[in-house]
Amino acid sequence: MTTEVGSETEVKEKAEESAAETDQSEKASEEAPEVTAAEGEEKEKDGKEGKGIARYLPTWLKKQKSQTSPTKEELTTRESDSKDAQEEDGPVPEVNGHAEEENEAVKSDQVKEKEAESHSTASADTEPAKEEKVEESAEKSPEETAVTEEGEGAEEEKKEQEGEGEAQGEEGGGEEGHTSIFQSPLRLVRKNKMKQAVCLVTLLDGTDFTCEVEKRAKGQFLFFKVCEHLNLMEKDYFGLAYIDSHEQKCWLDPTKEIKRQIRSNNWQFAFNVKFYPPDPSLLTEDITRYLLCLQLREDVASGRLPCSFVTHALLGSYTLQAEAGDYEPDQPRPLDNVGQLTFAPNQNKEMEEKILELHKSHRGMTPALADIQFLENAKKLSMYGVDLHHAKDSEGVDIMLGVCANGLLVYKDRLRINRFAWPKILKISYKRNNFYIKIRPGETEQFESTVGFKLQNHRSAKRLWKVCVENHSFFRLNAPEPPAKARFLTLGSKFRYSGRTQAQTRVASSLIDRPEPCFERTASKRSSRSLDGAPRISITEATSENGRDPHLDLLSDSKVMEVDLSPGDAEATPTQSLGASEPAPSQSPNRVHGDNIYVRHSNLMLEDHDKTTDEVLKHQASISQLKRSFMEAPPPSPPQPNQWEKRLTSSPAPTIRIQQQQQVSLEEEIASVLLSRHSGYCSAPPACCTPEPTLDADLTPGSTSTLAATEESAPQLEDVSAAENLISETKEPAKTAEVEIEETVVVQEVSIAPKPGLVSVTSPQEVAVEKEVVVTVETKEAKQESVSSESESEEEAEYHPNVSVSICHTQIPEEEEEEEEEKEEEKGVSVPDGPSLPAEVEEEEIEKKKNVEEEVEAKSNNDPITTQATNGHTLPEESGLAPEEEEEEEEEEEEEELKMNGEASVVEAEPRPLVICCSEPPVVKTEMVTISDTFAAQKTEIATKEVPIVHTETKTITYEAAQLDGNGDGEPGVLMTAQTITSESLCTTTTTHITKTLKGGLSETRIEKRIVITGDCDIDHDQALAQAIKEAKEQHPDMSVTRVVVHKETELAEED
Amino acid sequence: MANMCPYGRFTHAVVRGIPETFGKAVGDSRKNGETSVELAKAQRQFGCLTGALRQKVGLQLIEIPPDPELPESWRIEDVAVIQGDTALITRPFKQQRRSEAEAVRKVVSELNLTVVEMGAEEGDSGGATLEGSDVLFTGREFFVGISSHTNHRGAEVLADTFRDFAVSTVPVCGGARLRNICSMGGPNTIIISNSDGAKKTLRMMEQLTDHHYEVLTVPEDSAANCIYIKGPSKHDFLLHRPAEECPDSASAFQKLQDYTLLPTACSEASKLGASLSSLCLLVNRKHTYF
Repeated sequence: MTTEVGSETEVKEKAEESAAETDQSEKASEEAPEVTAAEGEEKEKDGKEGKGIARYLPTWLKKQKSQTSPTKEELTTRESDSKDAQEEDGPVPEVNGHAEEENEAVKSDQVKEKEAESHSTASADTEPAKEEKVEESAEKSPEETAVTEEGEGAEEEKKEQEGEGEAQGEEGGGEEGHTSIFQSPLRLVRKNKMKQAVCLVTLLDGTDFTCEVEKRAKGQFLFFKVCEHLNLMEKDYFGLAYIDSHEQKCWLDPTKEIKRQIRSNNWQFAFNVKFYPPDPSLLTEDITRYLLCLQLREDVASGRLPCSFVTHALLGSYTLQAEAGDYEPDQPRPLDNVGQLTFAPNQNKEMEEKILELHKSHRGMTPALADIQFLENAKKLSMYGVDLHHAKDSEGVDIMLGVCANGLLVYKDRLRINRFAWPKILKISYKRNNFYIKIRPGETEQFESTVGFKLQNHRSAKRLWKVCVENHSFFRLNAPEPPAKARFLTLGSKFRYSGRTQAQTRVASSLIDRPEPCFERTASKRSSRSLDGAPRISITEATSENGRDPHLDLLSDSKVMEVDLSPGDAEATPTQSLGASEPAPSQSPNRVHGDNIYVRHSNLMLEDHDKTTDEVLKHQASISQLKRSFMEAPPPSPPQPNQWEKRLTSSPAPTIRIQQQQQVSLEEEIASVLLSRHSGYCSAPPACCTPEPTLDADLTPGSTSTLAATEESAPQLEDVSAAENLISETKEPAKTAEVEIEETVVVQEVSIAPKPGLVSVTSPQEVAVEKEVVVTVETKEAKQESVSSESESEEEAEYHPNVSVSICHTQIPEEEEEEEEEKEEEKGVSVPDGPSLPAEVEEEEIEKKKNVEEEVEAKSNNDPITTQATNGHTLPEESGLAPEEEEEEEEEEEEEELKMNGEASVVEAEPRPLVICCSEPPVVKTEMVTISDTFAAQKTEIATKEVPIVHTETKTITYEAAQLDGNGDGEPGVLMTAQTITSESLCTTTTTHITKTLKGGLSETRIEKRIVITGDCDIDHDQALAQAIKEAKEQHPDMSVTRVVVHKETELAEED
Repeated sequence: MANMCPYGRFTHAVVRGIPETFGKAVGDSRKNGETSVELAKAQRQFGCLTGALRQKVGLQLIEIPPDPELPESWRIEDVAVIQGDTALITRPFKQQRRSEAEAVRKVVSELNLTVVEMGAEEGDSGGATLEGSDVLFTGREFFVGISSHTNHRGAEVLADTFRDFAVSTVPVCGGARLRNICSMGGPNTIIISNSDGAKKTLRMMEQLTDHHYEVLTVPEDSAANCIYIKGPSKHDFLLHRPAEECPDSASAFQKLQDYTLLPTACSEASKLGASLSSLCLLVNRKHTYF
């Protein structure tokens, strides 16, 4: 540990220097030095970038520093803070930091956990009373004290905090100071049992409202405090915004802890209108309208709400009337005032004169009426309430996406080029930096279409997605949609709008029974406010550059966090995963290709951060089980395999996935299958592969090379990898590949889950795996994933873990967008774990399979074994296939899928096989039930080998319709086309593979669907399955369902 | 919004007489002696139109004398887009038409409108072209037809000029110009042709708008271009092509309740690809703020 820690610390130093990274999930202390080193490099990069970004930080941020600094002092006490500060300060600090880190690392996991918990709990427990340094120190757990002992006294901390700006000034100037500030606060928050934090909320009239909240307080608490201060009852239209470490304006989620959202310990917020009421006249109270006016005045003055000269003048005149009262000819004063007030971005004398002229006409108008008039005019502006986001369309053209009460607007320059009303939108999702909306088919259209846009990065995609979710919920729903319950297998964000909808708030405000509250209309301080406002505006424009800085910061922070957390194994892993996930996005650009086979678009429902580590683990475990199940599934019933094999052989590899598994049972067939596959693949790959190349290029070097290899010569690659490594790698690697993909990868998760319990058994297991592979052939599916992974794994083992981590991200992610960065770092860390774990899992699975197989058929084993030599080939093939599929999926999703995203509905319909797999989490016990119509026989095999690691129950039911195909006798068809489409709904994930094969003059189209139904016990899986099958039938009425494989995984117990 | 009042309130109409070169200059681009227009008839129809605007509807008419050097100057609608108190002097596609703007600019300034120069803003390199006959203003928003005469840059300039309003671009499929296939038939009514191209354009408009419009479909393309004015008398007037020119569409206009229908012939101008609205610019000098 210590050695590792040391490496980490080094990394940290580097990273920390530049950045004020937000908290990372705890990194595992386990991280291998190598990994850390790699991370360090990354961090360094980030850091550099970050510095560069820092330059762009608005001045107001700097101001915040000074403002926040006092708070910090109060808050400070955190070791982390001190550490960061020290590190930042200079080399000397670095040393300190190392020591501290080491100490921390040394601390038992428990201690760390305790710290984390205790901090939080302590903070919660402790009263609101401000924390005094002394108190903090005293309160601090022993661990902390130890840290302090090392040399970081409270004093030092103070000094650091206070002097951060100065010290940092040397390094990077004020900017760095900012970063340091960010870091310090974070640390304070986390480590210290922070009690209170001083929040600075900029109100709409330009004044600041400061209040103290518990550091663990949720956004809601602060929001209510502000509303209370404002005497505002119709508060649902408003929200608190903060600037995240990427210079992006984000809405504070009321249901989550504040400190988890603000990355930088910058407790500064702005009270803003979040939902612009389409008809302000329906607001009940004048004060609400007044606040809305204030917001709009700023919007107008800043140019966010563009309007014509005349409108500027008119709105200005109402503003004047409301704030200054009637025009008084005696006093020349108004003129002077007008010049000082900011009404428009390009205000000139002419406009001011016009404003005054109009102002005269408003004589006698009360302020409230002037506000109403103001709003009546403002609301008609076409950009009223439109929240713009930079994006690119599918052709790379710069556009703006505007989210408003009515839906989503697409602008090119100032021109509206498209519009998607909420009722027309079936689904909103994002994946990586892609943002998708699925459109309800029009009258003349038969199918749903999906439109995709590219955002600057995954964070902005997510932000846009969240804004859409919230706006849709607020304006379109009667009541907010409850967040998805099933957290298990659901990947992605489960974020939902949690507040009241407009309908609800209208009802509520109609019940307001109080005299109009008196409030003072202060002459707006727009001019001064504009400073604050400006940055926000720019924020939207802020590009990736800004984003990068934060990463750096985050990284450093994350490291710190990791150190602390690492102790707790369970927690550590999850956290790592989280961190890793975040990094992934950043990497994603490079790796674009890294494809997640199971990509999940975060649907309106997806992400949940709230998941506890346990949940995460479970999730992972379940995923891993799924994987296993898929992999293992094949062995079950020897009987059917023949036909399937035939088909499979005939049909292109992609289809094979599930089917192949079954085929395995027949030895003979298997052999033939393998061969056929090879041939088939060879032919097929080209088509499939074509997309890959591009992907590969994008992918990280390792992955790319591997992928490319797979594409071109899958067999060859396989051969190389053939050894044990391959197997273990395969699973993991796949994950890694997925990692690149932001939210999606399920597979990866699988690998992760295993980590905790099992540590590596490599060679033996691998061997077993190979056998299995040979026998079952099932691996293919797994392979797909694994294949990609393999390639990657070989070259870059480091990343694999990351991938897994990333998986976790998906689950937990929301909290920290920054996580991406973390992910990168973590990747390195996790890497070691990942491989071993996957291997283990596989082993287990393999063992199971073996057992089963053995039981079922000794023959198969033998044959397979013989085939093993082939296996290498097969694997490669598989791998090749897998990449194809993955690539296809990704590509399709990204590009083509945009249109098709949904459920392949558009795709060719002839094919026969529909395979539906339902899998639920973890697996130790495996029960496979195969029902084939053809044979009318059910075979149930239960292979229960207790695998130490995961206790799970897996049930696989296979239903096969009689197959009419006689073909397939090992003759490989020619793969015409193959596509994979993945879609998600609430609790099901559908992966569709469409394969078109040309066989002996007959073209066969096969659609293979893998539907993953995830959820707690609450969900009626049978019903879900029935529904899924029904939908599949409906979608492809001219096709027949030939096979249904149900793989059910139930979690018996958690990991050891 | 300041400028947002129901469509149709106009106080002035600006027209430009038909020169004796009517139809001649057109030849350089598209006619090969095929289109034979009768100058006298065109002038007579022009007289009917202006008469209707002035005497029936009650608008103040400003007539710019014809300029023989500018054979297409009578298509005054192309040269400017006027909304509220702002007039955007456009940049017609044809180079030789750009000098038509001078006289219009002068008149518009005299009407106290804020003149925005498109050419000036863009410079010649901007490449922005826009003609008023590709612009449909509904009172709430602009639709700009992207046609052979109007490009995106031109639409952007328009959007930049009229910032209060949403400006949406739509493809022009049916006719050569957006206004050839649709026009306003009331504060909330769009009259559109029944052709496939027009339907496509209408679908796009419906997709892009936040508002709901009544749609009056007419079987003939040429009937889709009308002039709706809510005159000073607060009465609804609709100038439309007479039954002789659009026999199938006459009945459609009867659906408009309480309208004063003013059949106005425009056969000669339409031979040159123009229509009723091409001949006039409508201005509302009485605006009330909201």
